[in-house]
Amino acid sequence: MQALSIHGLTKTYGNGVVALKGIDFEVAQGEFTALLGPNGAGKTTTIGIVTSLVNKTSGTVKVFDYDIDTDIERAKSCIGLVPQEINFNQWEKPYDIVVNQAGYYGIPRALAKERAEKYLRQLQLWDKRHDVSRHLSGGMKRRLMIARALVHEPKLLMLDEPTAGVDIEIRRSMWEFLKKINKEGITIILTTHYLEEAENLCRRVAIIDHGEIILQGRTRDLLSKLRTETFVLNLRHPLGALPPFDGYAVTQVDDTTLEVEIDKSQNVNALFGLLSQNDIQVMSMRNKVNRLEELFVRLIEGKG
Amino acid sequence: MLSPKEFMHTSRLNENWIGFKTIVIKETMRIARIWIQTLVPPVIQMTLYFLIFGAFIGSRVGKMGGYSYMEFLAPGLIMMSVINNSYANVVSSFFGARFARHVEELQVSPMPNSLIILGFVVGGVIRGLAVGILVAAVALLFTHLHIAHPLITLSVVILTAVVFALGGFINAVFAKNFDDVTIIPTFVLTPLTYLGGVFYSISLLPHLWANVSKVNPILYMVNAFRYGILGVSDIGIGVAYGIIVLFIVVLFAVCEWLMYKGVGLRS
Repeated sequence: MQALSIHGLTKTYGNGVVALKGIDFEVAQGEFTALLGPNGAGKTTTIGIVTSLVNKTSGTVKVFDYDIDTDIERAKSCIGLVPQEINFNQWEKPYDIVVNQAGYYGIPRALAKERAEKYLRQLQLWDKRHDVSRHLSGGMKRRLMIARALVHEPKLLMLDEPTAGVDIEIRRSMWEFLKKINKEGITIILTTHYLEEAENLCRRVAIIDHGEIILQGRTRDLLSKLRTETFVLNLRHPLGALPPFDGYAVTQVDDTTLEVEIDKSQNVNALFGLLSQNDIQVMSMRNKVNRLEELFVRLIEGKG
Repeated sequence: MLSPKEFMHTSRLNENWIGFKTIVIKETMRIARIWIQTLVPPVIQMTLYFLIFGAFIGSRVGKMGGYSYMEFLAPGLIMMSVINNSYANVVSSFFGARFARHVEELQVSPMPNSLIILGFVVGGVIRGLAVGILVAAVALLFTHLHIAHPLITLSVVILTAVVFALGGFINAVFAKNFDDVTIIPTFVLTPLTYLGGVFYSISLLPHLWANVSKVNPILYMVNAFRYGILGVSDIGIGVAYGIIVLFIVVLFAVCEWLMYKGVGLRS
């Protein structure tokens, strides 16, 4: 079954801005999918339409086969939303925010309290449950929105840049948590600017730009479309003049750093052969940028 | 035994009921949490009205409608505080929810629009009644209140609070900033209330102005409430009920339409 099925979705805002130009986008149940795109590409509009925060202009949206035009209440029951901006009452306490949200989904208060404890503990917020929310740190506020989105135990969790502005330690712990709940069966759709996040977490990726999905598929398959990759080599000894590397595009960044662009038809062993021939010892090697980032930039810049 | 369809329907009703209760509890807790803003100011304001207009000036006014001026004034001031506070509660709470965007918690939930509106309206009614009871308690310090028609008193005060809570909801939907929240109360509600028979009987007015006063809906509400307490009114009680119910139906329909279209909520 498809957790989310979008067909021909368009959105033109009142000021004439065309945010979506008829996108088709499907997410199977149990998937972990990233929706990537530059600012203004249409990611948040798409999530807004699915979650009833934005009116669509045309097209169909189904959530677990419930059409948002004809079965909106059932569709909404299936979705948990973690928005991009903080949108809880910052004068309320985390515990009350989560319990009340459960109430809006028709969960009896006793069960709501149990669930609030469960998710606030899982997201390391239980000790803060009676603090005024505005006093929470940025990372805690993001985690509170995740706890709130999960309290009615949705089948589809949509996160709009959940780790924006969050430090790396908290980001990684959020990744682990998301992986865990995805393994437990929750379908996850995530928008992010951190392409490392998408590559680490998501089995599928869709790239949206100027209101159109320009590429979607399995992350692994998409990455294999990259024709070249750029590696950064850190050298043991300073290098004087750069020797010739036939067939490779090599750039000397400084005395001890080289950048090498390797085509898919080439292999790294041959490169290392050339390096050895020139008595160049390599201390370490890394990708210049995240591979998904490279693909993303090439697509957005139209380099293919 | 319920059929699966009936079971789903019953379950949905139960879930909606829980959602509605959640909004009402949250609104009530909000009123209690900020009681210094929600309950105290109207009581101080009305105490001053009783003192100045009722005790100092009223003692020289003489009888009005067959009652002392203080007795005549008390129902009007109670109703004025109910009107102002039921309106103020919904407009500030719902606009606050829009402004801080936590209204999205409700928008993404499966609660029907009608119950979201009703939840906020009941919150407004609760604050209106709470303030009304406190003002009535203050009134008892200055005069005695014999309630002539308890059912009429109660029904009129609740229905009037519903009218103004719905009005507050509409104001909150259209408000773009905090100034917009105060424009209607300042330039519409206060003049209509002051000219709505709170402080005087329209029988004191020249014929023309008495007739002009009759286009003011608040006149009917204040007089119906005064009839419930004192048993005297400038207008027919049936007409008053008709106008109040008409306002409720029209304003609720407008609220529903605004929510359906997502005015002020969805782009």
